[in-house]
Amino acid sequence: MSGIAITFMIISMLTIWGGLALSLWNLSRHPEKQDDDIELAPTGNE
Amino acid sequence: MSTPSLKKGAPLAEGKRETFSSRKLFILSAIGSAVGLGNIWRFPYVAYENGGGAFLIPYLVAILCAGIPLLFLDYAIGHRYRGSAPLAYRRASRKAEVLGWWQVLICFVIAIYYAAIIAWAAMYCWFSITKAWGDDAATFFMEDFLQVAPEAGVSLDIVGGVFGPMLGVWLVAIIIMVAGVNKGISRANGIFMPLLIVMFVILVVQSVFLPGAIDGLNAFFTPNFEALQNPGVWAAAFGHIFFSLSVAFGIMVTYSSYMKRKSDLTGSGYVVAFANSSFELLAGIGVFAALGFMAYNANSAVGDVATSGIGLAFIAFPTIVSAAPFGSVIGVLFFGSLVFAGLTSLISILEVIVAAFQDKLGWNRKSATLVVTVPVAFISMVLFPTTTGLYLLDTMDAFVNQFGILACALVIVIVFGAGLGMLPRLAKHLNRHSSIKLGTGWMVLVGGVGPAALGYMLINEVQTKISESYSGYPVWFNGVFGWGMAGALIVGAVLMSLVPWSKKSKLNDPEFEEHQQKVEAEELPDPVGKEY
Repeated sequence: MSGIAITFMIISMLTIWGGLALSLWNLSRHPEKQDDDIELAPTGNE
Repeated sequence: MSTPSLKKGAPLAEGKRETFSSRKLFILSAIGSAVGLGNIWRFPYVAYENGGGAFLIPYLVAILCAGIPLLFLDYAIGHRYRGSAPLAYRRASRKAEVLGWWQVLICFVIAIYYAAIIAWAAMYCWFSITKAWGDDAATFFMEDFLQVAPEAGVSLDIVGGVFGPMLGVWLVAIIIMVAGVNKGISRANGIFMPLLIVMFVILVVQSVFLPGAIDGLNAFFTPNFEALQNPGVWAAAFGHIFFSLSVAFGIMVTYSSYMKRKSDLTGSGYVVAFANSSFELLAGIGVFAALGFMAYNANSAVGDVATSGIGLAFIAFPTIVSAAPFGSVIGVLFFGSLVFAGLTSLISILEVIVAAFQDKLGWNRKSATLVVTVPVAFISMVLFPTTTGLYLLDTMDAFVNQFGILACALVIVIVFGAGLGMLPRLAKHLNRHSSIKLGTGWMVLVGGVGPAALGYMLINEVQTKISESYSGYPVWFNGVFGWGMAGALIVGAVLMSLVPWSKKSKLNDPEFEEHQQKVEAEELPDPVGKEY
């Protein structure tokens, strides 16, 4: 493989697979909220 | 607050609307829908043809500027108005219901031919073991397997070798659909998606160690920067992302209507979009490594063997399977991947139709599913396992993509953006519990860049299709099954939207009223000077 092809392969992997890793990391920082169907009024802290 | 009871008679929907039991299962199902045949057999060639490594630039621009913003539009409508496409659009605006039925009919057309391709792939999984195609994969596919008629037309001559597996595909799909969102769709994706990923990774690893694989990868990744000056390359990137992410099919509207109220919609959307692209990149590596081997074996250049679609899957790959060491393993993994990727997408396409009828009729899951899927399967089984099935599939696929999905998407972004001016409201909805907040930027992308890109692609397609007869088929054939079919979808959608919603229907759903109140109570106040 030529140098430029290897470079573009690495850039593609970093941006696309890196984008997936970053979005998974973002999601893991925000745990799933549960629908508490008890009250109608907003709690104000969500 | 008590849950409104809807238990009134047998066919009526019981209890609450189903929701995905966890975020993980929604994401897996959405990825299952997005990752389809196109990721495996379309992306590698599109990237290779449009600049190789340099295609990454328009591709990423298209994901970030059109793909993900349009995905969020689907999520917002489905989740805010909590219904199948026709119901969600109707709740947004009475006149928009027709767009939902247009999507339902588009999904119907796609479903009837998609099942045929899955059935072919399932048979080729089996053929891989014995390498049944011998020395000439092209002749085997066209003459022995599909028994294609010499001229395009409509024949009812059934080909037994395709009919049987198609029946199997429809049975599996119907069983999954009857089981519902959690027991059917979630469970199927929970099994098929991990299996698909494992199989595909093994396939890619095996492919990159074949002799000549490096030449294939070299051809795939070598950038051609001049291509970036060609507007056609940018249109190809936007077009590919648009179809690959399953936006504007009604699928994501339907799936997001099953998400819990406090879901992180944008955070989940980014995962779905990048997972879809990650799989495509993997497919590009696997496919071009294998094509590199094919070129090495035939003593030709990679450019001479590179192809996409049906030709790649059912002619090039069998040739590779015959020549490669452990070829049968490659064949089973490749065609097995096509089956699983196709099946999870077929399920999502069918859900658009089933959910729409379930909402309109107010019936329970089982009755609504059977009343929809059995006739769809029947039509599919009459038209496609025949000697003219390939011609029908080719024309219907080309026209439903361009003059169904693309045209419908253009109308939707114009209607929801400029027409109804709903983007600020939908952004507010997405921002309630989402980790990535949206502001003016998103509205500009959906309301401005979206219509511009979609409009440009549609005009291009109209010009191409008018100037030449598609695939060289007779004018009457493309007229009826291409242009006629695409027009009939619009007429059908108008008629469906004129059918009144009965009292039993989900239009009058007390559960939605409650949902609506809670959602509005959760909406954040308008941002003051701080937008993203």
